[in-house]
Amino acid sequence: MSGTYAYYPGCSGLGTSVEYDLSTRAICRELGIELVDIPDWSCCGSTPAHTVDHTLSCALSARNIFQAESLDVDGIITPCPSCLTNLKTASHRMQNDAFKARVERLLDGPVENRLPIMSVLQVLFETIGPAAIAEKVTEPLTGLRLAPYYGCIMNRPPEIMDFDDCENPVAMDELMTALGADVAPFPLKVECCGASFGVARKDMVMKLSGRLLDLAEDVSAHAMVTACPLCQMNLDLRQKQINSAHKAKHRMPVFYYTQLIGKALGMGEESLMLDKLIVPPSVAFRKMDEVRRSAS
Amino acid sequence: MNTVSLKDSCDDAFIAEVEQESEQKVNTCYQCGNCTAGCPYSSFYDYPVSQIMRLLQAGQKETILSSHSLWLCATCESCTTRCPNEIDVARIMDVLRHMARRAGYAPERAVKTFWDSFLDSVEKHGRVFEMGLVARYIAKTGRVLTDADLGVDMLPKGKLSFKPHPIVGKESVAKIFKRYNEERES
Repeated sequence: MSGTYAYYPGCSGLGTSVEYDLSTRAICRELGIELVDIPDWSCCGSTPAHTVDHTLSCALSARNIFQAESLDVDGIITPCPSCLTNLKTASHRMQNDAFKARVERLLDGPVENRLPIMSVLQVLFETIGPAAIAEKVTEPLTGLRLAPYYGCIMNRPPEIMDFDDCENPVAMDELMTALGADVAPFPLKVECCGASFGVARKDMVMKLSGRLLDLAEDVSAHAMVTACPLCQMNLDLRQKQINSAHKAKHRMPVFYYTQLIGKALGMGEESLMLDKLIVPPSVAFRKMDEVRRSAS
Repeated sequence: MNTVSLKDSCDDAFIAEVEQESEQKVNTCYQCGNCTAGCPYSSFYDYPVSQIMRLLQAGQKETILSSHSLWLCATCESCTTRCPNEIDVARIMDVLRHMARRAGYAPERAVKTFWDSFLDSVEKHGRVFEMGLVARYIAKTGRVLTDADLGVDMLPKGKLSFKPHPIVGKESVAKIFKRYNEERES
């Protein structure tokens, strides 16, 4: 076993990013990372909570930290960068006793705030590592050219997120390379996709996510690979809207990195839920096959 | 270019309040513009983030709190990450919109309604119920066609849950909101 962690998928894992949760659980099982669901976890409040008040926002995350403290685990991990940033910010700010006391006044009881908090990506990268994953690959992604997109908050701000490089993160690049994929240089790795403005100010998501898709085409990627449910939704589900807003013709599959790890490890479609993606993955796999044929 | 008479309009109490709530020193900003250069939202803002910082140094409370920029910041942390003087600019933007909200400003009405609908859903169920959130947003804004086109793609994928996923301890989450509201009113 490579560690036991308290885990929760975040609210989107119950709906729009169900394939991210399922593929995360599947590869963790395969790689010996034990996930223990945080009992009765609740929403972190995401962006809306911290735009209203920082004590309220930290209290919502502190409840999940509190729920995890009853478990015998090495830390708390989540696949969702928004949950992650809220958990880490809450834990960081609660090192200030006066602030912690204010947060605890909103909760049912005190929080110990002792468990380390990490992304699933960080644990896969640091605890298992690309080399060990490469050894387990049975169906390499040779020929598949990927644009690695991390999103804005997985590594920022560096003082709080404390993982990888804040301007040029490479964890996902190295994992994808370990799977045999061809990772394209992608200068907009940490640029914002428009985040949760898709509903209220769609024009902003059209512009920012449109730019990401344009760049992925420019670097000749067959697909994008991401670690964030909101980025994935903006790029995949809203791709048709972006195409009609910009008279573009993108047909760019957008994978969760966990799905591609699972595929290379030879895991079945049912545990990776590739069929949940809106732009069909077959578009990318066909191009992968063409590259392989022309190389042989 | 706007000319501001600092003698008449600089609100020192406002600057002090922002500094206290954000735990940042606003006078350490020397207007290099790095925050604005990296901000993906500048083209949508009425005042780019470096101008918000300058207006803040000049104590221009009304101009700042009524600005659209505060409501269009996604907290992507680019400004905070790239500030050479280690100012947590995104935290200042957050604190400013807390203050704008308390003072009753909401020039981006739809954005505020979306955020409010999101938190209503958390307060009610303990977790966000995506369909319920959008339904509530539509009811409040009257924008009946919001993302109706996406349903066509999402329905066959079984990604749309028509029922909330309430948690056993939803009362304990509701209590966080209740205590927060009581503290604010007292």
